Amino acid sequence: MLIAAGSSDVALAFVEIGALVLGLALLSRLAGRFGITAIPLYLLAGLAMGEGGVVQLDVTLEFFEIAAEIGVLLLLFALGLEYSEGELRSGLRSGLTPGVVDMALNATPGVALGLILGWDPLAAVLLGGVTWITSSGVVSKVLSDLGRLGFRETPAVLNLLVIEDLAMAVYLPVVAALIVGGTVEATITSVAIALAAVTVILLAALRYGRRLSDLVAGGSDETFLLTVFGITLLVAGVAQRLEVSGAIGAFLVGLALSGKAERRANVLISPLRDLFAAMFFLFFSFQIDPADLVAVLGPAIALASVTVFTKVATGWYAAGRMGVGSKARMRAGTVMIARGEFSIVIAALGSSLVDGPDLGALAAGYVLITAVVGPLASKFSDRIPIPGRLAARPVPSGV
Amino acid sequence: MAPMAEVRETKLPGVGVRHEFTTEDGADIGVLVHHDGRREILVYDSDDPDACSSLVSLSAADTRTVSELLGASRVTEAVTAVQQEIEGLAIEWIELTPSSPASNATIGDGMYRTKTGSSIVAVIRDGQSIPAPGPEFGLLAGDVIVAVGTTDGLAAMRELVRP
Repeated sequence: MLIAAGSSDVALAFVEIGALVLGLALLSRLAGRFGITAIPLYLLAGLAMGEGGVVQLDVTLEFFEIAAEIGVLLLLFALGLEYSEGELRSGLRSGLTPGVVDMALNATPGVALGLILGWDPLAAVLLGGVTWITSSGVVSKVLSDLGRLGFRETPAVLNLLVIEDLAMAVYLPVVAALIVGGTVEATITSVAIALAAVTVILLAALRYGRRLSDLVAGGSDETFLLTVFGITLLVAGVAQRLEVSGAIGAFLVGLALSGKAERRANVLISPLRDLFAAMFFLFFSFQIDPADLVAVLGPAIALASVTVFTKVATGWYAAGRMGVGSKARMRAGTVMIARGEFSIVIAALGSSLVDGPDLGALAAGYVLITAVVGPLASKFSDRIPIPGRLAARPVPSGV
Repeated sequence: MAPMAEVRETKLPGVGVRHEFTTEDGADIGVLVHHDGRREILVYDSDDPDACSSLVSLSAADTRTVSELLGASRVTEAVTAVQQEIEGLAIEWIELTPSSPASNATIGDGMYRTKTGSSIVAVIRDGQSIPAPGPEFGLLAGDVIVAVGTTDGLAAMRELVRP
């Protein structure tokens, strides 16, 4: 109907969308030149164009709103997809201790800062999530760009990412249910529904994953893409209706796929995810008033400085369990610094809270810093001096 | 030929599997098998044993080419030659473990041809092949026997020499 109308609005919409997406392409190319992720640049672009920024969007705001929502769904779908059921199972077996250390060291500073700023406890817990989860997208890109996939500390890093992924399967539904809130009984019910759904899907994925996946895995690329995209949006919609949050629905669909379906979805959905996720980052910072960002810049820098060290300590500890040397432990620590897509998704979940705008601005500033510092620290980690007493090679304590 | 080095396997979630071993010269070599079938050959650094460089990245088809070049081709050629000569005849290589009943006994003791209809046409010991061993030939653990026979006969042979 829009196209048939042939109005000048359509022409304007095409020009706006085209120009913005082309702008994102330029930023992505620029980021590639410097060997960093494009997420901070997308966020900066959104800041410059959104509320109180230099450019205003006219007709396409609604389009970007929907595209951004789809971007969140696809990001979480991909997070659920990332590891096979065997990898999740062995991750649970071997990575529990480093996973707990990771959470204790990295979520605590976020929660603490939220409380110090006088936020609602729920907003503080969300900020804890923002500082907790490392960007698996940035980590895998840095590891493969720097040719470090074969390094001995790399399994420790990847195992931590698997555990964070699993932890998100519990954390996200619970906070999403808490945000929806309502009466105490309603909140308890929605938390229970969310946890039950996660448990059932996880068990089904571990036990029947292959058979479930075989149901959808066949057909041409076109059929498969449409099937997976359709299921993801449908489940997300139903989950949203049940007040569990659509993002969690998409995450569970990703978790449930394994085997051949998982590999095909990885190849076919990735380009779609990249497109919509870029629009999500842009739209996320559209809504941030640059003045708000300036106001939270101090806390963001403080939080980043603390959690850079806590993440390095986490990686250092996890790699030490594998008995690698101090250089390798430093590499494992620095590569984990970058927070990215999931920190922004967590902050976006809380946008409806009273402290939502502050949380969004703080998360954006925080991701801007860590997503740039992480890959750079990682690149030059072999030159970071290590105190003599830490430099000894540890004894492996089992993996 | 020295015994094959122990190959260590490490799973890399979301990436694939890494296999590595130490060569006779003491260098650490690894092969990273990606989920998509791509393989990388890695050589670990002697200064920083946790770091490595990737020598080359191979597609699934390239991997077959390289493994052919590394010596599998001679075996393949030999099998093809034998199979071309007589239809229905198969050839098999069986390694003897220390607990195999065939170890520390002669070929005659085993009465393999009588029992299975298959013949031991060669024995490979320490990388040297010994063609046409007689019934008095003593087999040792670690020997690889090369047997020729029908598929059924070779299955019976496997049963006899495996513990």
